[in-house]
Amino acid sequence: MSLSYYLGQSFAQHALIAAGLVAITSGLIGPFVVTRGAAFAVHGTAELAFTGAAAGLLVANNPIAGALIGSLVVAAAIGTLGGRARERDSVIGVVLAFGLGLGVLLLSYYHGFATEATNILFGQIFGVSSGQVVLLVGIALVVLAAMAVLYRPLLFASVDSEVADARGVPTRLVGVLFLFVLAITVTEAAQIVGTLLVLSLAITPAAAAQRLSSRPAVVTALSITFAVIAADGGLLASLESNTVKASVFVTFISFGIYVLVRLINLGVRSRGTRRQSRPYA
Amino acid sequence: MADDNGPRIHLDSATLRFGARTIWADLTLDVAPGEFVAVLGPNGSGKTSLLKTLLGLAPLTSGTVEVCGRPPHKGSSVVGYIPQQKGFDRDIPLRGRDFVRLGLDGHRWGTPLPNKKVAAAVQHAIESVGAADYADAPLGLLSGGEQQRLRVAQSLMGDPKVLLCDEPLLSLDLNHQQAVTALIDARRKQSQTSVLFVTHEVNPVLPLVDRILYLVDGRWAIGTPDEVLTSERLSDLYGTEIDVLHVRGRIIVVGGPESAHAEPGASHHHHPHDDDHEPDLVIGRRGRRSPHSSDH
Repeated sequence: MSLSYYLGQSFAQHALIAAGLVAITSGLIGPFVVTRGAAFAVHGTAELAFTGAAAGLLVANNPIAGALIGSLVVAAAIGTLGGRARERDSVIGVVLAFGLGLGVLLLSYYHGFATEATNILFGQIFGVSSGQVVLLVGIALVVLAAMAVLYRPLLFASVDSEVADARGVPTRLVGVLFLFVLAITVTEAAQIVGTLLVLSLAITPAAAAQRLSSRPAVVTALSITFAVIAADGGLLASLESNTVKASVFVTFISFGIYVLVRLINLGVRSRGTRRQSRPYA
Repeated sequence: MADDNGPRIHLDSATLRFGARTIWADLTLDVAPGEFVAVLGPNGSGKTSLLKTLLGLAPLTSGTVEVCGRPPHKGSSVVGYIPQQKGFDRDIPLRGRDFVRLGLDGHRWGTPLPNKKVAAAVQHAIESVGAADYADAPLGLLSGGEQQRLRVAQSLMGDPKVLLCDEPLLSLDLNHQQAVTALIDARRKQSQTSVLFVTHEVNPVLPLVDRILYLVDGRWAIGTPDEVLTSERLSDLYGTEIDVLHVRGRIIVVGGPESAHAEPGASHHHHPHDDDHEPDLVIGRRGRRSPHSSDH
């Protein structure tokens, strides 16, 4: 069956909308994740969203609600237990290891379809109902609103927390609020690409964007664009192929953009070394 | 401002304690508009804590503190702050221009929108520190001296009446040290901005200094450089024999560390790190990096 046939189907339309929303929010928080060195926090909350989803599946047959609650609890734990960056990483490692073990235990009590469990880990975008699309729209709006309010103090705190402190930015509070935004975004993204592959939307596009510009607005715009290309592009490729999961294509496209940008960087640097170094000498 | 000619900084019997530890006690000091006060003292003597008090981040245990006639509060626009240079990540997604703007509105909630007035103010601050050539370059690729000029520009964005500087010359080479001190001096002369300048090297700023506040182990001395930087005064302050040498227009402070805290009756206290006690033996040594960057 052709791609144009699928595009007429509501399941594919829902999936495209959902993937687009996820990509926009992931691309938006990505630059802050990179600047704050919070990649491990993303990974940690995503893995524990898995535990939450397993619990949700077992208790109420609702993995999304479970994942959301799980990642929020983890964000709160990271925010309260880990102050400094290094301390934070070890706290995440500790909680993550235990949480994953717990998730596996919970799954062993689950006697439903095993695909439900795989879907949490590797994503399942098709089969998004219109009700779920509405939920995803709601989550995306919450993330967008929160980031609009947080943006400036978060940027200040991420760039230079000492001066931000001195200027009266509540850096600790801002950091914890960002963790919550991150947890919600990660849970949302996990519906599309799965908890194991969340980084392909929350880190890779931003990492590529930062290599092309140092203007905050441009970096954010590029990061969102790359994430949308990867998410919706991955979805379309999966429809076309019929056999391979969308998350596979999402990670491939996302990685491909990153590699391309690095190659462009290399080209620019080898050609323009003298020109580039002049103004900063 | 209710009283623009009154002291910009007013401390009366100010005492700061962290738990049982006295950082400084009964500190009394008025800083006039346009005055340049250098704050000296060994590591752990509470120089940075003094700045934190004036920023509204470390409330006094007792006594009074006022900045421009009011108790200090967080995010006050009458205060500018310049910290020591420390490198940024190379790929930080920020230009020099964006960094300077944070000094104006970075502490406010919301998203910065393009604004002609703000852009003009940012450009003005950038030009005033001679950073126009590299203001659009990625912040992480600039040299330490260039980044420090931008920090000065950032601190001036709120049009401060008081400038608090915490070791702003640390890890800068001689040329950039002179450039940064000249910028700060120009600002105070143009706008009568008072400057409180924490440093362990007095020599680079000696020509600009009106008075010196010397903090040692909870005790303090205030006066002109000629009054404070004498062997008698510093020996009294440290509670041990200290020599102040004048060598080719520079001032060098020399003392015996092993006896510095042996004096009974001195208001001294136990720090976790014994070497925190040592007086800065050579105040004028250039390029010295303190092994203890946290100064409380």
